[in-house]
Amino acid sequence: MTGHEEDGIEMADYELTTPLSEDQVRVLRTEDTVTLNGIIWGIRDATLIRIFDHQTEPPVDLRDAVLLHVAPNVRKTESGYLPLSVGTTTSMRMDRFTEGLLSRYGVRALIGKGGLSLTSGEAFREHGGVYLAIVGGAASVETLQVEAIEEVYWEDLMPECLWKFRVRSFGPLIVAMDAHGGSTYQDVANIARARLAHLYEQLGVKV
Amino acid sequence: MAMTTGLANTAEFYDLLETLGGQLYVDSQKDIPPDVRNALRAAFDRETANTPRRILGTMLKAIEVADQHRMLVCQDTGIPIFWIKIGRGFAVDGVRMMDALRKGVERVTVDHPLRSSVVSPISRRNNQTSSGIGIPVFHIEFAPDIDYLDVLMMPKGSGSESMSFLKMLFPADGVAGIKKFVLDTVVDAAGKPCPPTIVGVGIGGSSDVCVTLAKKATLRPVGSRNADPEVAELEEELLRAINATGIGPMGLGGNTTALAVHVEYAWTHITLNPVAVNMQCWRGERRRARIYPDGRYEFDY
Repeated sequence: MTGHEEDGIEMADYELTTPLSEDQVRVLRTEDTVTLNGIIWGIRDATLIRIFDHQTEPPVDLRDAVLLHVAPNVRKTESGYLPLSVGTTTSMRMDRFTEGLLSRYGVRALIGKGGLSLTSGEAFREHGGVYLAIVGGAASVETLQVEAIEEVYWEDLMPECLWKFRVRSFGPLIVAMDAHGGSTYQDVANIARARLAHLYEQLGVKV
Repeated sequence: MAMTTGLANTAEFYDLLETLGGQLYVDSQKDIPPDVRNALRAAFDRETANTPRRILGTMLKAIEVADQHRMLVCQDTGIPIFWIKIGRGFAVDGVRMMDALRKGVERVTVDHPLRSSVVSPISRRNNQTSSGIGIPVFHIEFAPDIDYLDVLMMPKGSGSESMSFLKMLFPADGVAGIKKFVLDTVVDAAGKPCPPTIVGVGIGGSSDVCVTLAKKATLRPVGSRNADPEVAELEEELLRAINATGIGPMGLGGNTTALAVHVEYAWTHITLNPVAVNMQCWRGERRRARIYPDGRYEFDY
């Protein structure tokens, strides 16, 4: 872990290996940066709909797991799948599944784009979880950080299967929602809204 | 006046269009336009905080990695949209042209392969060809100031495309109302369109024209100004205001929320004041081919 300070706030850079314990996750604060090594699980809308709406238990143990919102572009080979383009999708579509993932299956971190709701933030606080924001649109970088697709489950949902990725130096991921109610998305939205009155005035907008 | 009747009757010409259509679709996703690259670098230099610097640094790295390894920058292959300008005197069989370009997109999707991001809105069926009813999209106009065929491809991703808005304001709302709508829209969109974005604003027209102008505006080179000085002033004002919100790259805070604001307008009805916003994500992907009357062609952005 390395650290630095900005405006009097301590920010840290973590290199972590999955799976993640509750203690590891509760140390993280918004604006920290995380890089991951180890196994992360790729999931998307259809995967979660199967688990929660169709009440199908996941085929693997997801305790302390890190999940990535993705449906990768892959090439099928004799020995498995090769990643062609692995890029992250918008998380908010899957917002309603956060509570279940954390409370029922013990998931520790969700990697995605664009954030989740305050309700999900509450689940992170209660159960010990975080939202790690990835840079959207940087699939070229992301793809090369996937060392291998070790396994794939529920192939009938292709490409929204449950993917087992082995990653190295996966990131940078920004801790955007932490296990203490912190949300960078909320902070940024609050600041932007507070500035609007002044900006309207500058633009000659009468409210 | 150039006469291209001969060219437009040859099978070779439409075979060329088919090849170009496919090349434009895939290459536009691997090679980011120079004006966008420059704008991202300038945005990086303007940031002092850790989070936006890490994010913009990763965006620049993604472009570099895609250059080095000939990879797609982003996994969203998007909706293939063609913007075509038929120059004065350039004779072309429009039906054969559209057919050829469409086949090119389908073929490169299957051969490369590319993810097909196109489905029926009713059944959600995917033909796995990046095409379907109404897709690829074709915007075709006749251009008086050129004598060649200009084919521009924009692979529009849904992260940014989902942040599309139209409002039929009243004339009494004035230009101030337009400014408010644009600013409010960008603030509400926050990090969803993968900022820093190119914000396209359409003003006037009938509603469909207004929305098309907003998207067309995003095609202009980043930072180019509208030729009308009043509208150019509006572009600059809005850009300053948007960047003053502090929303920043990926909506996680910073000095650059928009790389540019481009406004395009058309005249409108006496009792209408339409305004539309369309956002293009940080990659600003576009690529064009110009085919000259003698059959020569070249690529550009």
